Amino acid sequence: MGVKVKLRLVLTFCIGVALTPMQAFSQAAPIGDASAGSDVYRRECASCHQIGEGAVHRIGPHLNRIFDRGAGSHSDFRYSDALLRQGRDGLKWDLRRLDAYIENPRALVSGTRMSYRGLSDAQRRADLIAYMRVYSDQPQNIPEASPTAIMREVDLPEAVLAIEGDIEYGEFLSSECTTCHQRTGSDAGIPGIVGWPEEDFVVAMHAYKQKLRPHAVMQSVAARLDDEEIAALAAYFRAIARQ
Amino acid sequence: MKLNRRRFLGTATLATAALSAPAVLGQTRPRVVVIGGGSGGGTVARYIAKDSDGAVDVTLIEPSRRYYTCYFSNLYLGGFWEYDALGHDYGNIARTGVNVIHDWAVGVDRDAKTVALASGESVPYDRLVVAPGIDFVEGSVPGWNVSQQSLMPHAYKSGTQVQLLKHQIENMREGGLFVMVAPPNPYRCPPGPGERISMVAHMLSESNPTAKILIVDPKENYSKQALFEEGWERHYPGMVTRIGPDFGGANVEVRPESMEVVIDGEVEQADVCNVIPAQKAGKIAELAGLTADSGWAPVTPADMRSRMDENVFVLGDASAQGDMPKSGFSANSQAKVVANVIRHELTGSRLFPARYSNTCWSLIATDDGVKVGANYEPTDEKIASVSSFISQTGEDADLRRQTYEESIGWYNGIVADIFG
Repeated sequence: MGVKVKLRLVLTFCIGVALTPMQAFSQAAPIGDASAGSDVYRRECASCHQIGEGAVHRIGPHLNRIFDRGAGSHSDFRYSDALLRQGRDGLKWDLRRLDAYIENPRALVSGTRMSYRGLSDAQRRADLIAYMRVYSDQPQNIPEASPTAIMREVDLPEAVLAIEGDIEYGEFLSSECTTCHQRTGSDAGIPGIVGWPEEDFVVAMHAYKQKLRPHAVMQSVAARLDDEEIAALAAYFRAIARQ
Repeated sequence: MKLNRRRFLGTATLATAALSAPAVLGQTRPRVVVIGGGSGGGTVARYIAKDSDGAVDVTLIEPSRRYYTCYFSNLYLGGFWEYDALGHDYGNIARTGVNVIHDWAVGVDRDAKTVALASGESVPYDRLVVAPGIDFVEGSVPGWNVSQQSLMPHAYKSGTQVQLLKHQIENMREGGLFVMVAPPNPYRCPPGPGERISMVAHMLSESNPTAKILIVDPKENYSKQALFEEGWERHYPGMVTRIGPDFGGANVEVRPESMEVVIDGEVEQADVCNVIPAQKAGKIAELAGLTADSGWAPVTPADMRSRMDENVFVLGDASAQGDMPKSGFSANSQAKVVANVIRHELTGSRLFPARYSNTCWSLIATDDGVKVGANYEPTDEKIASVSSFISQTGEDADLRRQTYEESIGWYNGIVADIFG
């Protein structure tokens, strides 16, 4: 993804500075700085595009609710054939597509009528996109709306796959699972997961994580579990069956 | 010595305290008080009591003896779920060691750290969790106030209001008009109004197929819109009309006595009218001084702690946390984070990073279920959506049936998690 914002790895764990405890954990990163982005917008975009309350089409279409919108989808604006074709092919504006388009419009849509040279500075693009995001649907109201932050990414070496699961951590993590999968192991409607052999559990979760298994909720859950957390869950659900 | 009741209670308390006194003499168990026994409050009370093994004294204050879930109340409306199956009592929460008090919390003294009850009693706390759900913003729909809820039900807090709405729809004249006044953002359960329209359409298509449904909506768009519109066209063609803000959907007044709905100056005669007003945090959050001008209670994203008071947490619909929709699933997810934080602060148990998630299923017609969901993580500013998914239009019937069956599994799972 082009929008790269450095993840804040707060080092308070190591150096022991007294902060409120929750700050010790790494967090999701904002897309960018929206207030800095408003300056970028004014400088780079505002001469052609309006945004915000009462925005209307000018030289370019207005950019309210641009996120999740199909390319070329305002019926009352005259787009280039190239952009309309991309829209028919299914191009939707999201973080990644907007970033690519703003970086170099012609690289994404060859025949676009937007005569803009592009913005090469990744941080300024991130700030600009964060600003534009404010004027699109908010996930509190429309849960399916585009994300407003970038997921904390955890990279662990392959060797960690062999890790022994931390049952106590697994118990904590399991509360997310037991919202749907009952602790009793009942499998009415939603499969029971209590008592699975640990290896099967780990393999299944990685299959969801890699989107090999098709279920959207499980892919979403697995996407943000790291190897250690998957091992912890496997150990926990195995352990409670033994009790 | 004559034992009167007061003295007896006093003595008994002393004796109990002496028996269960921890190693440090004079130190009592830390006290957590939870206001509101719904998906947020019920979960946090139960998880703290269960996981602290009696090391924390947990009190839950909830006026109702039986709690009716908002989720699946639309399915009851559509005839897919029994009313009794929406109700859950507090017996099992009490059995995990929670002291359940059925009373109204009427005030919070945050300096003295006590909660005042309608009975006149006062309950002290070390940590307070406020999870009161929603209240309605007075005057948000001109002509409507809570005293008219029997003429034009809101049916947005489950229970008898939903029974009333169902009764009114069942007794609607042939070919009559059902009107929904939809709420402005933000409100509880973003796909709720769309699911309700689906369930009303399902009822009417079976018993009163010439009836019509009109949605008056102040919002430009809403969650799962494409899915609902596709489903209404397929299952209930020609029955549902929506008036959005472009055509006056934000300019509505109701006259409950004459059952009239005035939309941008035009009078419509309704047979049943479901008014879902604008919403704000449950009243006790406001009384406790925890709400902002928005009417919601701001919290820090990593732990749902009130921005007004470090000893207070606000959960679920009442909180202003960022991107999570106001839903039972969200409240349940937030409650597990808060339970972990509070246990850590009071007993020194391990602290884990916050994980938040939500999925909302909706039923459009028999065996036609859809879902939307997302994962959330805290940033400095808010709880932010980091990924989302939604059912697609044009999905095949098998997948939709599976999604519906999954929603039943979820319902049974979450109520077992809280009340089971």
